[in-house]
Amino acid sequence: MSDWLIYRTFWDLTVTGVALGAIYALVALGYTLVYGVLRLINFAHSEVFMVGTFATLITATNFIGIPLIEEGNYPYRTGITLVAVLLACIVGGMVVSGAGAVLLERVAYRPLRGSGEHVGAVVLAFASAFTVSLIFTGSTRTNIIIGLVGTAPLAVLYLRIFRRGRSAPRLAFLISAIGASTAVAEAVAIWGPRDREQYQTSRVLEKRVLFEFLGTDVRIDYVLVIVGALLMLTALVLFVNRTRLGRGVRAVAQDVETARILGVNVDFVILVTFLLGGVMAGAAAMMFTLVYDQTRFNIGFLLGVKSFTAAVLGGIGNLRGALLGGLVLGLGENYGAALFGGQWKDVIAFVLLLTVLMFRPTGILGESLAKARV
Amino acid sequence: MSLSDAFKELTSRPARTVSGVGERVGDMPRVARWSLIALFVVSLYLMPWWPEVPLLGWLVDTPGTSFEGVITDKVVIYVLVALGLNVVVGLAGLLDLGYVGFYAVGAYTLGVLSSQHANLPWLLCVPIAVAVSMISGVVLGTPTLRLRGDYLAIVTLGFGEIIRISANNADWLGGSRGISKIAKPPNIGPLKFGILDAKPYFFLGLTIIIVVVFFLRRLEHSRVGRAWNAVREDEDAAELMGVNTFKFKLWAFAIGAAIGGLAGTLYAGKVRFINPSNFPLQLSILFLAAVVLGGTGNMWGAILGGAVVAWMPERFRNFADKRVFVFGVALVLVMVFRPQGLIPRKIRKERWLANWKPPQRTPQFGETGTGRG
Repeated sequence: MSDWLIYRTFWDLTVTGVALGAIYALVALGYTLVYGVLRLINFAHSEVFMVGTFATLITATNFIGIPLIEEGNYPYRTGITLVAVLLACIVGGMVVSGAGAVLLERVAYRPLRGSGEHVGAVVLAFASAFTVSLIFTGSTRTNIIIGLVGTAPLAVLYLRIFRRGRSAPRLAFLISAIGASTAVAEAVAIWGPRDREQYQTSRVLEKRVLFEFLGTDVRIDYVLVIVGALLMLTALVLFVNRTRLGRGVRAVAQDVETARILGVNVDFVILVTFLLGGVMAGAAAMMFTLVYDQTRFNIGFLLGVKSFTAAVLGGIGNLRGALLGGLVLGLGENYGAALFGGQWKDVIAFVLLLTVLMFRPTGILGESLAKARV
Repeated sequence: MSLSDAFKELTSRPARTVSGVGERVGDMPRVARWSLIALFVVSLYLMPWWPEVPLLGWLVDTPGTSFEGVITDKVVIYVLVALGLNVVVGLAGLLDLGYVGFYAVGAYTLGVLSSQHANLPWLLCVPIAVAVSMISGVVLGTPTLRLRGDYLAIVTLGFGEIIRISANNADWLGGSRGISKIAKPPNIGPLKFGILDAKPYFFLGLTIIIVVVFFLRRLEHSRVGRAWNAVREDEDAAELMGVNTFKFKLWAFAIGAAIGGLAGTLYAGKVRFINPSNFPLQLSILFLAAVVLGGTGNMWGAILGGAVVAWMPERFRNFADKRVFVFGVALVLVMVFRPQGLIPRKIRKERWLANWKPPQRTPQFGETGTGRG
């Protein structure tokens, strides 16, 4: 019976699969970039994505003032207004996610590389004073005040320790990223207005059928997602391949020490890498809310795991591989779910990964950020 | 020396000086050493009564939940799991993000054999469960251990998820309802494994931990342990020196899986009811955090890490909903200030190496005598 399902809905599944794959691909770019340059899994990237979905939500509802429901209907906009709102949302998502990724690098990664600096020290100092005060009082205002008071002396102390100049073992990076990721997600769950509940986002785009493709209705939001993702990827590839800074990224990916000797500002390049990944995740976050109209504090976790799977599938450290991996994963998941039932969706994703890695141990396209064949 | 310098000194001391305790105990006279160890073990067995000791009690007691429950349901289990995962991550250097899979395999095997499909006694089920977990480790390891580092991480993560979802969807395994009425350990003399008293479970768990620690200590200092060391430090070099890296990695995986499975049976035998939501992906990450927090590759570190990760959220229950947040911040801070973990790995000087001197070479004709090689 389920065989019939896949025949009847094959092209339907293809369209939704490609759109889902495009979102995976954009998030996967963040994993791939950081892995290519630092050789570590940026576990907190999922939270960068999550923060982006909330940024688009806040941009639409609080800054532009679009309600969830208007006169009993969705608050649809048309024409120039629609374009302006969508652009504002995507820019909001990109800015916040990009800033989030940069902050993350400063707080959870750079101190471990032995070259911590002020931003990381101040944020960590505030976080530790704030956290300690949580043990003694439940009033959020008092906590913030204690946090602020404790920041200055602690930051001075931390800064001294941060500059010890040697790098921590690789596992330490992973755990500190996991810690940061947990803390960010939980902070949203605790201090967000709706706690652990789901948030609806305002649906400004009427999801009309744009055209018919092999007997399947293609909705406008899918088209926007696919086109948007391709544009973002093209821009990123051009940046990495054609600009001076992009050359720096490739140089650091190839050999950190040599790049440093040849005058590349390695810390700056790493910052730029995180920024690029964050911006891509922000764009993906806006597209995600466009299609699914919702977000939640833990929305990043599973999507992050899947996107990382996509990055590995395509060949981690390879920009084109991230796109390919995302599409293969999105399509494979959709077809598999139709064949074996929706509850096996995640199993299918991982079995697909296992199968590919058995025959191509470095992913479909191999690792290649350093080789500049993007 | 300013205060911050002192702090810096304290946090960035090299690994060797911190772990002096073990060496100092080792240098004691035999009688003193054994009585010290015996005292330590006895005090561990008295743990359920710790909250009644004046100062210690205030420090360890868990408001809102019974301390006894916390140490039997969580601390003992987490310590055992951390010990097993430490073999994989710490000794052999394989990043495993799906360790909860083996834990679940152990728990489910006990459930299936003692309640769902058969009525075998606990004592018979446990060895079978351990063997099944070990086999699942070999089955997962054979195709994947040829992959390197981070690829292995994502594949194992997938494995943990596959186990959970399969258990959720297979009616044969009880589906999402799970398995209830799982067998409990048989009574041993005055120790009655019931619902009211958690202490017998704690004594059983502690005994198993001591046995496992003894076993792992022997293993770590054997040929296998040295091979793991070599594989962890440089796989290519180890391979060149004739270490069969694949074989030893597989051994690490299998032994780690067996200990994880054992922890699973202990858990299932205590709570007597399991369902797939007991084994989420986040638990794997928590286990890994326990190992790295304590000190990767150091057994005592893994024990401390497991105990801290299990106990800390319960100790601070008075800000219940914020404890996970606190845990996240604490992870970042510990990693920033002690990247090697709370008890770093002792860079053990092999005894022969300590006494080894470079061979005295008689100067050859034409050499000055100071030149070396």
